[in-house]
Amino acid sequence: MKKLINDPADVVVEALLGVAAAHPELRVDHANKIVYRGNAPRPGKVGLISGGGSGHEPLHAGFVGPGMLDAACCGEVFTSPVPDQLLAATKAVDGGAGVLHIVKNYTGDVMNFEMAAELAAAETGVEVVSVVTDDDEKVQDSTWTAGRRGVGVTVLLEKIVGAAAEAGRPLKEVADLAREVNANGRSMGIALTSCTVPANGKPTFELGEAEMEVGVGIHGEPGRSRQPLAPARDVAALLLEPILDDLPFRSGDRVIAFVNGLGGTPLIELYLMYAEVARILSSHGIAPVRSLVGPYITSLDMAGCSVTLLKVTDELLRLWDAPVNTPALRWGV
Amino acid sequence: MAGGRITLEELKGWLAEFARLIAEHRAQLSELDAAIGDGDHGTNMDRGMQAVVAGMSGETIGDLVKQAGMTLVSTVGGASGPLYGTFFLRFAGSAGAVGELDAAQFAAAMRAGLDGIVARGKAEPADKTMFDALAPAVQALETGVADGLADTLRAAAEAADKGRDATIEMLARKGRASYLGERSIGHQDPGATSAALLVRAAASALG
Repeated sequence: MKKLINDPADVVVEALLGVAAAHPELRVDHANKIVYRGNAPRPGKVGLISGGGSGHEPLHAGFVGPGMLDAACCGEVFTSPVPDQLLAATKAVDGGAGVLHIVKNYTGDVMNFEMAAELAAAETGVEVVSVVTDDDEKVQDSTWTAGRRGVGVTVLLEKIVGAAAEAGRPLKEVADLAREVNANGRSMGIALTSCTVPANGKPTFELGEAEMEVGVGIHGEPGRSRQPLAPARDVAALLLEPILDDLPFRSGDRVIAFVNGLGGTPLIELYLMYAEVARILSSHGIAPVRSLVGPYITSLDMAGCSVTLLKVTDELLRLWDAPVNTPALRWGV
Repeated sequence: MAGGRITLEELKGWLAEFARLIAEHRAQLSELDAAIGDGDHGTNMDRGMQAVVAGMSGETIGDLVKQAGMTLVSTVGGASGPLYGTFFLRFAGSAGAVGELDAAQFAAAMRAGLDGIVARGKAEPADKTMFDALAPAVQALETGVADGLADTLRAAAEAADKGRDATIEMLARKGRASYLGERSIGHQDPGATSAALLVRAAASALG
């Protein structure tokens, strides 16, 4: 597998050198692998931190800036950040109004954020509230699994909650809003190829030319089932039907429709998929009042996509439309 | 081992032997993880244990093992970092500021570490996790305390290996492997595999 890297062990550190060089408006703590909004902490504003394994870019570092995150903690590729990083970021972004941890529901992420919150409580007076995203349709939420995974809705949540924090809303309201967004979003993904973790140098799993992996997450882990490759219109139906049934989304609902590339699929195919998604939504009487199309929460070089629907209210839409100024999402500024 | 007691130097030997075994099995651990997880268990544990060995310090067993736990929490990440880190931190708390442990104290410290893993990871028997290798080993240590340390540690290592092998047929209910559902059956759990190495390292370094 060919990659544009120097040494597999240095991928995250060297990518952060690039982030710092390309975005002087951000501040990068290279030792702790944390990307900060340039002017953090903002006095009186709730600090928003997210983080996770690297390899999902632009999530999360690409979403740091006014109107979105105050800090992103970068772990090794597909490995959650450690409590030291999360604690350092928590202290650094606290502007006196407390800090919200946005955690994707993976066992490692949850444990490391938990340990960081315990340390923050023991060592500092900073008030920390954690919200866990778990919007992945293909995982049964039961005591028999680690629960649904946090995937696409995390992007939409960071934008919407970021706008609320920017407007000066208090920690409790910001956290409640985050839970509301998570509860109203659902996602599902398919992979056309596996992905290659730099340190491993070969694909995490093998997938035949005529196969697709259904129900994948964002770590190159195999999905729930393997099926014959199908035309985009069938794939769109396969992804949307469980989402529509589960929440459920009903005729008359307004949604933000998000077609996300997993890293190795070109935008032309993502737009083709968006057309299929819009067609299906229309046939159900559901209005995609806003859209997001592109690679925003990726799985290295995996080909494939995920679809996320978020049911919105006027308030959520207003917050979605509010100005944002980050490397990966920028409007209204 | 001096007269059935484990010294500070021997415990350092345990950590070094665990690091050596992890390095030796690094590729195997990552391959097991690739089948049902994300393929980095060997890489992450190796990074952490190399850091533990490089930074070994402490005048007492409690300090030495606490330092190891903190290092793992800070360097491993993922689920393994908090789980192995918590194991060693609780082990250190139980062992205390002593220079030697007898067999019963060692078994009690291992039990405290295991309880820490359960508290952090909420694992139950047969969830297909490191618990399934470690729990039978701790039980063997507790029941064998009177039999002499060397025999007991050998029995514990065998119990851990058996527990590890039993994970092959289990349906994963924790961690990333649980997303696979039925497809997790037939694969040996990488966490149980590294946990069995921890007990095997104890048998060779302390027995």
